[in-house]
Amino acid sequence: MIPTIWTWLTSAQNWVGSFGIGNRLAQHVGYSLLVVAIAAVIAIPLGLWVGHTGRGRWVVSATNAARAVPTLGLLFALALWVGPHIPGRAAFVVPSVIALVLLAIPPILAGTYAGVEAVDPAARDAAKGLGMTPRQVLARVELPCALPLLWSGLRSAVLQVIATATIAAYIGLGGLGRFLIDGLAQADYAQTAGGAILVCLLALVADGVLALVQRVVVSPGVSGRRRRRRGIILAPGKDMGHGNVAHTTRA
Amino acid sequence: MIRFDDVTKEYPGGTVAVNGLSLTIPTGQITALVGPSGCGKTTSLRMINRMIEPTRGLISIDGKGVADLDAATLRRGIGYVIQHAGLFPHRTVLDNVATVPRLLGWDRAKSRAAAQDWMERVGLSADLADRYPSQLSGGQQQRVGVARALAADPPILLMDEPFSAVDPVVRQQLQSELLRLQAELHKTIVFVTHDIDEALLLGNQVAVLRVGGILAQVARPADLLAAPADDFVADFLGHDRGIRALSFVGMPRLPLHPELTLALGEVPPADAPDWMLVVEGGHPLGWVRTAGVQGAVDTSDLNRSGTVASLTASPREVLDAALSSPARRGVLVDDAGEFVGTVRASELATLLEAGQA
Amino acid sequence: MGWLSTHGGDVWTLLLQHVWLAAVPLVIGLLVALPLGWAARRWRAAYPILVTTSGLLYTVPSLALFILMPLILGTRILDPINVVAAMTVYTVALLVRSVADGLGAVPEDVRAAATAMGYRGFRRLLAVDLPLAVPVLTAGLRVAAVSNVSIVSVASLIGVAQLGNLLTDGYNRAINGELITGIVACLLLALAFDWIIRGIGRALTPWTRA
Ligand SMILES: Nc1ncnc2c1ncn2[C@@H]1O[C@H](COP(=O)(O)OP(=O)(O)O)[C@@H](O)[C@H]1O
Ligand SMILES: [Mg+2]
Repeated sequence: MIPTIWTWLTSAQNWVGSFGIGNRLAQHVGYSLLVVAIAAVIAIPLGLWVGHTGRGRWVVSATNAARAVPTLGLLFALALWVGPHIPGRAAFVVPSVIALVLLAIPPILAGTYAGVEAVDPAARDAAKGLGMTPRQVLARVELPCALPLLWSGLRSAVLQVIATATIAAYIGLGGLGRFLIDGLAQADYAQTAGGAILVCLLALVADGVLALVQRVVVSPGVSGRRRRRRGIILAPGKDMGHGNVAHTTRA
Repeated sequence: MIRFDDVTKEYPGGTVAVNGLSLTIPTGQITALVGPSGCGKTTSLRMINRMIEPTRGLISIDGKGVADLDAATLRRGIGYVIQHAGLFPHRTVLDNVATVPRLLGWDRAKSRAAAQDWMERVGLSADLADRYPSQLSGGQQQRVGVARALAADPPILLMDEPFSAVDPVVRQQLQSELLRLQAELHKTIVFVTHDIDEALLLGNQVAVLRVGGILAQVARPADLLAAPADDFVADFLGHDRGIRALSFVGMPRLPLHPELTLALGEVPPADAPDWMLVVEGGHPLGWVRTAGVQGAVDTSDLNRSGTVASLTASPREVLDAALSSPARRGVLVDDAGEFVGTVRASELATLLEAGQA
Repeated sequence: MGWLSTHGGDVWTLLLQHVWLAAVPLVIGLLVALPLGWAARRWRAAYPILVTTSGLLYTVPSLALFILMPLILGTRILDPINVVAAMTVYTVALLVRSVADGLGAVPEDVRAAATAMGYRGFRRLLAVDLPLAVPVLTAGLRVAAVSNVSIVSVASLIGVAQLGNLLTDGYNRAINGELITGIVACLLLALAFDWIIRGIGRALTPWTRA
C-alpha cells in the first residue's frame, strides 16, 4: 500500500497540469488565504469593538453557540440553496467560500474578544490617564495585549479552513480535497491517501508558519516567553497555544 | 493650584461618592487625601484629570476650569500613578516610561533620553530598561509607574494608593524616595491613601474624607493631630496621637550631656558608671554594663537596644532614643553619624510640657 | 417534517450510530488523557512535549485522518473503528491540556493543606486534585463533545453510516427535508451531549453552586 502511495506522490506527471498537485495545492492555499482574510476583516474589528466597549457580548456567545452546527451540513445547505442562484463556475466556489468564512469567524472573534477582555484593567486605566485617546488606547495597548489570544484564534481558524476546504471538494471546490474525494469515488486509495498526506502537511506547515510569525508580531512581554526571573514562575498555559480559547468544531 | 469648588459626584444608581467638596491644593506641595475605603478619594482624584466628570461644581487648575480643556491634552500634562502601576505588559520598561513624551510628539531619541533620565532619578538601574514589566518585582513596577508619570515633567502628579500593594519594607523605601524626589522637584502632588500614617508622613497638607464623600477636615499634619475637628477625625487618627504628633513639632533646644566612652579592647576604669557607651572611630556601637565586663570590652558585651537620633531629628525620634537606651540616655549623632552627646527623656518631657516646641 | 414522518426509523438508527461514534471516543479519550495530563503536571519537561504533540495531532484535518487510519491501524477502509480511533485522537489532543491545566489550577495552599493532613500521592490526587479540576475538565469535555458530533458526520464521505448520511444523501438527491433533518439532528445531539456533560460536572461539584 505505502509504496503505491509513494509512487503517486512522487510521480512527476501527478504534479503538473491544471489537475496536478501543484495547481491543487495553489488553489487550496489561495482559497484558504482568501477566506481567512475575509473572516479576519469581519471578526477582528468586531471583536475589538465588543471587547473595547463591552457592548454586544451576545454576538460572541451566539457565534460560539453556532459551532454546534455540523460543518458538513452547513456546506451542503449553502451549496444546495445558494449555489443555484449563482451563474457559471462561481456556483461551485461562492457557497464554499461563504461556508468557510462562517466557520472561520467564531474562533477569530472569540480570540480577539477574549484578548481585549483580558487586558489588565489597570493598564487600560493608565493608558487613558496618561492622555491616550480612545483610539490610541485601542491601537497601542488593547490590540498589542490582545495579540496572543487573537493569534491563537487565527491559527484555529486557519486549521479549520484548511480542513473544511478539503471537504468542500465534495461540493465542487478545487484544491487538495479533490484527490481525497475523487480518489474515494474512484476507489483509488493511493490517490486518496496521497491527497490526505498532502493536506496534513499543508496544515502542519501553515500552523508552523503562523507560530513563527507569532514570535515576530507578539511582544515578548505578553507572549509568556519572558517571565519574572526571580520569584514565582507563573503557571504554564498562560501563553494559550492555539485551541485553548477559540475552539470550534473541526471539520 | 488646584481648586475644588463645591464639587459633587453622583454615580448612575444614586451613590453619592463626593458631596459638595471644596478644597484648595497648593502648588508645589503634597496634599494627601485620606479616608476609609469607599469615601470617594479615587473619585475626587480622577475628577482632576477628567477620568470622571463631576455631576456639579467646578474643578480648576491655576484658574482654568478643567472641563474647558481637551481631556487627552489635559491628561498629558498631569502625571498619573495608580495602585497596581498599570504598566503596559507589551512594552519594555524604557518604552513604558517614554509613553507620554511619545504622545506629546517628541522624537524617539529625545523621548528615550528623557525616559532614561527619569528611570535613574526614581532609582531604577539602567539595565532594567530592556526588561518587560512581568520581569520586575512589585516595588520596581511602582518605580516604573512613577518614572512614567514624571517623564514629560508635568507640574502636577496624581497618585492613587501607589504604594499600598507593596510590602511594608519596600513601601517605606518608596515613601522616603518620594519625599527626596519632591524636595528636588516641587511638584503639586495629590496623594490618595487609606493609611493615615502615610498621609501624615507624606502630606504637607492632609484632607480627611468621610464616607459619603464629605470633607471632614483639612489641615497640616501637626494641626490635625493637635486639633481633630470631630470624633470621626479623632477616631480615624487612631491611637498614640500624642506620641505621633511629636514627629511634626519642632525640636526644642535640649541640653546635650557629655558621656564617658570606651573603645573596643579597653578595660572599663574602676570608677566607671553602670553603663558606658562604646564608640569606635566616632561612631556609637552600643552600651556595655561595666559590672558584667570581664577584662577588655569586646563586641559580645554590647547591648544594642538603643536607637540613635540625629541632631536634626524630631522630638519623637529623640524621645525614642532616650527611652530605648538601657542607660536611659539617648544617643545623638551629627550628620556624619558621629557621636555628639546624650539626652534625657525627662528633660525633653519637661520642655514639651512647657510648650516650648 | 414530511420527510421525517416517513423516515423516522432510519433516522433513529443513524442517530444511535452517531451517538456511539461520538461518545465512545469521548470516554476512551478521557481515560487516556487523565494519566497523560497528570504526567504533564508531574514532570516539568513532559508538559511542553505533550502539549506540542497534542497541538500537532489537532492540526490533522478530519477527512485526512479518517482516510489515513487504515494505513496506521491496518484496518479496512470502511471499518467504523477508523472513525472511533480518529475521534479518540482528537479527544485526547484536546483533553490532555484540559487535564493538565485543571490539575494545575488547584490552589497551592489547598494542595499544601491536603499534604499536611496526611494525604499522599495517589489518594490526594483522587480526593483533592481531581475533584477540584472537574470544572476545567468539564469545559474541555464539552468542547470535545460538540466538536466530535460535528466531525463524525464527515465520516459519511468515507461510507461509515451515521447522521452524516442524511446530509450527504440529502445533498446528493437534493432532498431539503432530509438535509434539514440531518442538520437539526446533529445540532440537537451536540446540545444533548453538552447538557449531559454539564449536568455531570455540576453533580460532581456541589460546592460550585452556592
Ligand atoms: N463607577 C462607579 N459606579 C458606581 N459607583 C461607584 C463607581 N465608582 C465608585 N463608586 C462608589 O463610589 C463610592 C466612592 O468610591 P471611590 O471613589 O472609589 O472610593 P475610595 O477611593 O475612597 O475607596 C463607593 O461607594 C463606590 O462604591
Ligand atoms: Mg480608591
